[in-house]
Amino acid sequence: MVLELQKPRPIWQIMFSTHHTDIGLLYLITSLAFFFMGGALALAMRIELFLPGPQIIADSMTFNRMFTVHGTTLIFLFILPFASAVGNYFVPIMVRYKDMAYPKLNAIAFWMIPPAGALIWLGFADFTWYAQPPYSVISSPAPAADMWIFGLKILGVSSVLGAINFVVTILKCKHPDLPLSKMPLMAWSFLSSQLIIIVAIPTFAAALLMLLTDRMGVSGFFDPAVGGDPIAYSHLFWFTFHPEVYVLVIPAIGMMYEIIPRFSRKPIFSHSSGVFAFIMLSLVSFASWAHHMYATGMSFTEKTVFMIGTLAAVPASAMHVFNFLATMWGGRIKFATPMMWSIGGIALFFSAGAGGVVNSAMPLDFITHDSYWVVGHFHLFVMGTIAFGSFGYAYYMFPYVTGRMYNEKLGQVHFIFSFVGAVLVFFTQHVLGLFGMPRRVFDYPPFPEWIAMNQIITFGAFLLAIGAAIWLGNFVYSMGKGKPADMEDPFELGGKYYYPYQSKTPHHVGY
Amino acid sequence: MSEHGNWAEWVYIGVVCALLVWVGAEAWNVERLVEHVPADAEVIKVTAQQWFWSFEHEDGTIEIGELHVEKGKAYKFEVTSKDVIHSFNIHDYVVLIDAVPGRINTVWFAPDEVAEHEIQCREYCGLLHYNMRAKLYVEGST
Repeated sequence: MVLELQKPRPIWQIMFSTHHTDIGLLYLITSLAFFFMGGALALAMRIELFLPGPQIIADSMTFNRMFTVHGTTLIFLFILPFASAVGNYFVPIMVRYKDMAYPKLNAIAFWMIPPAGALIWLGFADFTWYAQPPYSVISSPAPAADMWIFGLKILGVSSVLGAINFVVTILKCKHPDLPLSKMPLMAWSFLSSQLIIIVAIPTFAAALLMLLTDRMGVSGFFDPAVGGDPIAYSHLFWFTFHPEVYVLVIPAIGMMYEIIPRFSRKPIFSHSSGVFAFIMLSLVSFASWAHHMYATGMSFTEKTVFMIGTLAAVPASAMHVFNFLATMWGGRIKFATPMMWSIGGIALFFSAGAGGVVNSAMPLDFITHDSYWVVGHFHLFVMGTIAFGSFGYAYYMFPYVTGRMYNEKLGQVHFIFSFVGAVLVFFTQHVLGLFGMPRRVFDYPPFPEWIAMNQIITFGAFLLAIGAAIWLGNFVYSMGKGKPADMEDPFELGGKYYYPYQSKTPHHVGY
Repeated sequence: MSEHGNWAEWVYIGVVCALLVWVGAEAWNVERLVEHVPADAEVIKVTAQQWFWSFEHEDGTIEIGELHVEKGKAYKFEVTSKDVIHSFNIHDYVVLIDAVPGRINTVWFAPDEVAEHEIQCREYCGLLHYNMRAKLYVEGST
């Protein structure tokens, strides 16, 4: 493993580098910076909702802009670039190639992200990350809305370029001695998620263009007055962004597949069932997009079809959970920070999946749809599963990237604060949804149950924020002053056998 | 993978699939019943616009911001919007349907108790979305 920070280099050498670990480092720093920015918005919104009536945010428009940018930032500027960071570091090593297949393309894909992020943050649009017309066409203020559209356009191109690079690296640059079936599961997770990107993203790219020309007044794709249909946008949007959910979650599961066997000191229970489940997930991810749209007036048949498509994703997810538990079963588990995050992530992944079954069952969806239940549900995925898996992997990567160890105690405190916080926030949001509170509201009527639950949620949000602050301090301090890591065995698992990627002849097969 | 049997995984996946089939079948059956509108349901035309609700009864009476219905009768809402997408929601009766400009979506309910309920917008619609509310008054039959 290449050490990034032990040999100090001028920053421009890293910025203009095309080497995969340098670009991985750029992705890593960018994504974590955006995580803290998006998280700060979330905390401000939670303080606002602590009590009914305006608290700290001046008006509802500012609040609406904040949740729009919060969602856009954390999905497109934190989760996706973080996965790219991990992929850039590890996929070439896992397939035993010297770099990504197209190093310059790799650098271009990364350097599209900062300008896109700047467009989104400087515009500060208000139409939610969903940008549903007609609101986004007739009601949303310019230039914020147009800047968001261009920002997303750039991010889409960046994702597709990155995806092509990963797929070519894995399929064409893989060492001939390493059969695809023996490739580590994390590399499999990148292969399947990047293939989804290539198939799914162009649909939304088209929808964005249509949205832009509608906004310019030269077309009426989504305008019912001239024969357009706003629901068509919903189909185009969700055809991209339901599979995108799997693009986000599959690499996080791949990261857990790296961590759990090592820290259980046991081989993966079933490599082939992991591969099978990844392939299944990427296929069925395209069969369920319209379950987001039951309430738009779909026919009974349409709803039934998409309910079946949605439920079909559950067995594959359950196979991953089973694989993790069976791997840990009877293992000599070391509860170090990365392992704790992975276990917490699996627990919340299971809860999120169970809630998803409730959402997809047609009559129950009409209770939960567009309520706080849904906010709690998808945050259990994006925060509870994806971010937890990613944070665990960030701890796992830390010694390889910096050559130093983070503070283990503080890492565990970060986990405990975040896990308790996540449970308080997202489980309570489910219940609040059952009590009928709609999502995306700046203020709410003073029903006693709503107030109580909002206060619990805000309290949990503070726990998450404290955890994140501890994390930031831990990493910033340990980067320069942490104790040098034992590169043979940074996590004291009992020998370099457990760390295949740094040995001179990486011989690992799924291990 | 030949060293250990996978029977536990097959049993587990079997149980998961059985549960899913049960949930799916039950949901299908309930939704089929729920969507069956009674023939004698009175029609109420619901129009959403930024940021209030208006209701037109069969006899031509128009109400804004509040809706009066009678206990024990069935009502069919024909929901549409004048500007952007809203969502018509009486959470206590699980009435939820999007108000989409250019479309008329229908949903029905039959209130069974004299009470007041909240009507709210469940789809983001801009500045005053959080305050796009109305009151539902269920009154005794006369």
